Amino acid sequence: MTEYLLLVVYAVLVNNILLAQFLGNCPFLGTSQKMSTATGMAMAVIFVLTFAGVITWAVQWYVLVPLELEYLQTIAFILVIAALVQLVEIVLQKTAPALYSALGIFLPLITTNCAVLGVAIINIKEDYDFANTVVFSFASAVGFGLALVLFAGLRERFALSRMPRALQGTVSGLITAGLMALAFQGFMKLGG
Amino acid sequence: MEVLAAALVIGGIGTIAAIGLGVAAKVFAVYIDPKVIEVGEVLPGANCGGCGYTGCAAAATAVVKGKVGANVCVVGGQECAEAVAGIMGLSAEEGEVGIAELGCKYSVTTAHLLFDYDGIEDCRAAALVNGGGKVCSMGCLGFGTCISACQFGALYRGADGLPAVDKERCTACGACERICPKGIIRVQTPSRKFTHVQTDDDCVAPCQATCPAQIDIPAYIAAIGRGDYEKAVCIIKESNPFPLVCGRVCPHVCESVCRRNDIDEPVNINHLKRFAADFEMNSGKRFLPQVLPPNGKRVAIIGAGPGGLTCAYYLARMGYQIKVFESMPKPGGMLLYGIPEYRLPKKTLDWEIGGILELGVELECDKKLGVDFTIEDLYEQGYDAIFLAVGAWDSRRLGVPGEQDFPQVASGTEFLIKRGLGEETPVGRDVIIVGGGNTAMDAARTSWRLGAENVYLLYRRSRKEMPANDIEVDEGEHEGIKYHFLAAPTKLIGTGGKLDAMEFLKMELGEPDASGRRRPVPIEGSESNIQADNVFSAIGQSPDLTCLDAEGVASKLGRTKWNSIEAADGTMQTDVSNIFSGGDAWRGAATAVEAIRDGRFAARSINLLLTGEELTLPSNWYARAPKLPGIDEGIKIDKSERARMIELSVDDRRMNFNEVELGITEEMAKKESERCLQCGEVCYQGYREKAS
Ligand SMILES: Cc1cc2nc3c(=O)[nH]c(=O)nc-3n(C[C@H](O)[C@H](O)[C@H](O)COP(=O)(O)OP(=O)(O)OC[C@H]3O[C@@H](n4cnc5c(N)ncnc54)[C@H](O)[C@@H]3O)c2cc1C
Ligand code: SF4
Repeated sequence: MTEYLLLVVYAVLVNNILLAQFLGNCPFLGTSQKMSTATGMAMAVIFVLTFAGVITWAVQWYVLVPLELEYLQTIAFILVIAALVQLVEIVLQKTAPALYSALGIFLPLITTNCAVLGVAIINIKEDYDFANTVVFSFASAVGFGLALVLFAGLRERFALSRMPRALQGTVSGLITAGLMALAFQGFMKLGG
Repeated sequence: MEVLAAALVIGGIGTIAAIGLGVAAKVFAVYIDPKVIEVGEVLPGANCGGCGYTGCAAAATAVVKGKVGANVCVVGGQECAEAVAGIMGLSAEEGEVGIAELGCKYSVTTAHLLFDYDGIEDCRAAALVNGGGKVCSMGCLGFGTCISACQFGALYRGADGLPAVDKERCTACGACERICPKGIIRVQTPSRKFTHVQTDDDCVAPCQATCPAQIDIPAYIAAIGRGDYEKAVCIIKESNPFPLVCGRVCPHVCESVCRRNDIDEPVNINHLKRFAADFEMNSGKRFLPQVLPPNGKRVAIIGAGPGGLTCAYYLARMGYQIKVFESMPKPGGMLLYGIPEYRLPKKTLDWEIGGILELGVELECDKKLGVDFTIEDLYEQGYDAIFLAVGAWDSRRLGVPGEQDFPQVASGTEFLIKRGLGEETPVGRDVIIVGGGNTAMDAARTSWRLGAENVYLLYRRSRKEMPANDIEVDEGEHEGIKYHFLAAPTKLIGTGGKLDAMEFLKMELGEPDASGRRRPVPIEGSESNIQADNVFSAIGQSPDLTCLDAEGVASKLGRTKWNSIEAADGTMQTDVSNIFSGGDAWRGAATAVEAIRDGRFAARSINLLLTGEELTLPSNWYARAPKLPGIDEGIKIDKSERARMIELSVDDRRMNFNEVELGITEEMAKKESERCLQCGEVCYQGYREKAS
């Protein structure tokens, strides 16, 4: 149990996928203008990333490794993730139209989110077993969501404050992201 | 070998994924309108969300649902709009053109303030501090956050400090509406306006708040002041398609709350309305509004009075196919068959109704619900909703001995309807009218015009309680009507089927009753007689709902305790979800402007129902106008004289039915429009300048 707990803390705070690994920066900047958009994106990522982690894990250990085709990992994973996102979209549209319309365009956007592929590959690299994969994928996504929501909160405040013209928009966004990353460095010692 | 294995694996995964998706698409198939896909394909696919929808697919859905026009996309430009329009089968211009409009008239430098705000110069920041510095909750905070939000440079700061709209540049993208923390700037389309129900969030002048039809009075007065009479008429018709009629017969409650009452006399709001409407009629050219392309839905309207025709008018503008069924030979309801010519010439009424029918509204006269057809028939013919506006055509009887014995005793409406039908209605020398409402006054003044020498009007309360329009009572007095207040009939006396006289009792005012008016009580032994050749009773009308006595759907419609049709105020929905009612049929005998309001509200509800939206009202809408502050202490505004209606002299009115009120001149209208203070909810012209 403690093992999983540590893994969660590690994935959410210490090795935050956004602020420590710098994966998925594109949606981080793109969907953080408004809190409502940010939470939508966060939910979508948690949903997809957990699924993708599990499936790619299966593809790796039951297809690629037995056939000794590990070098096909990247391309195979991308294929699987793209298909998965499509599948999720189709199923959601039918079974949970409310959730589907709330997630809107974020769902298809995740196909190109490098955080998803990143986590899938880390799962393999770290030699996680199935349970660890589930926990790590989920926790990484939560970390992504946490960072995104915090960031959106900050950016909403920016909109209300006086800021030199040159710093407005993406510029202040990047600077803030950097400062947030520094802050998250503070969690380094947590893992021991 | 190795290459083959790789190809097989990737190909295999691909195939499995493809099959899986294929199966899923079949199993979880959701019906998507092919039009949505088509529209989605011509949108740029940038998913920028600039249009306010979550991506292009969502925007395409909205277009197909008819929620936005073909020009939805803010980046695609004209080309894209035309492509969308092509698919939807309408031209880009055929959709409604929206334009940003500010709902606040006074900037922070001229408005009533609570405190001076000097924080961050952004409306959203200012709104965080107690909702901003203005006294009212809906005032513009003046930092122009909307101006910087507009990507098209369509907003600029006007001379008065308020954001102003460059109509050429505004694309109706709604960015300003979304960013304004107070919802003051809104993208308005005609249909968004005429389906609007006033709420506490709207800044409205006292007159507009009180007008049952919720006409934007200061706006049309300002348009008249600019000489833009066409605009004035259009503004009125966004809430009331009967300006010629209302400009003549409306009791104009708006004037009784006009802020100018605190200075001198109210603005002559109603006659300004009539002036603008007369201008349209006299110009001979109709200012026809835009009618949206047919949406394929049909609505049946029962009764071609002001209520029914108003509902028809607004639904027709939204693209509904409307058919009005009327039991009488001509449309107009009580406007035609009740109100006499000298107040509302038939020609004028015809012209106004013509403007409604010209929008493509179908009218079938001599067709009576309950006799010629039933509600079930309408359903069978494919009508999606029904509006019942059958008016209040049943008259209350006097209930005194002798009432049934003489042909010279009739109800005021019977008398007036006969005249309306063009039948002979001779009256004798002495005519008595019983009642104090508009019907009583009309019967009295009509009798006088037909040659009666003594016209008596008996009313059981005093003059101040008379429900008739004040002007009617005054004019009746000029014409020599003899009023007997605090009197009630007790007996009709005559010989051999010929009426001779009416006996009545004197009354005095006792305790206030439920309506707050003092109840008249008879004085014992005070009987006296008046000679009478004719007696017309006009003591109340109620709806004649025998048309709904049928089995089936009609029997499901509830009745109020006044025997009118039960419906929910605001939505106007009856107990049957796609049947609506309003006007006199719902209120009991009331006024034209109230019927018009009900007709418009019903049109709003029918549109919501038939587009599959939830049929609700904004939570803070008001059925009764809030009391708004008057002119502040210590503020001096120059007095000026109110424009007086030009009238036919009393001598010229006898023995004819020529219109009594002749209108006001253009010069008078211009001068009168300048008297208007252009009020907001608390602000008005001259507040700051004069105060300092
Ligand atoms: C004499 C008189 C004077 C008035 N003066 C004024 C005034 O000065 N100012 C003012 O504001 N208001 C005045 N009113 C009131 C005003 O005319 C009414 O409030 C208004 O006309 C009500 O409109 P409505 O559409 O609800 O009903 P109506 O105007 O009564 O119209 C109802 C229509 O439905 C038709 N109908 C009835 N039953 C059926 C059926 N079964 N099938 C088909 N059609 C049917 C009727 O023929 C009629 O045309 C006056 C009324 C009267 C009688
Ligand atoms: S002054 Fe003008 S805006 Fe103000 S209440 Fe009177 S008519 Fe309406």
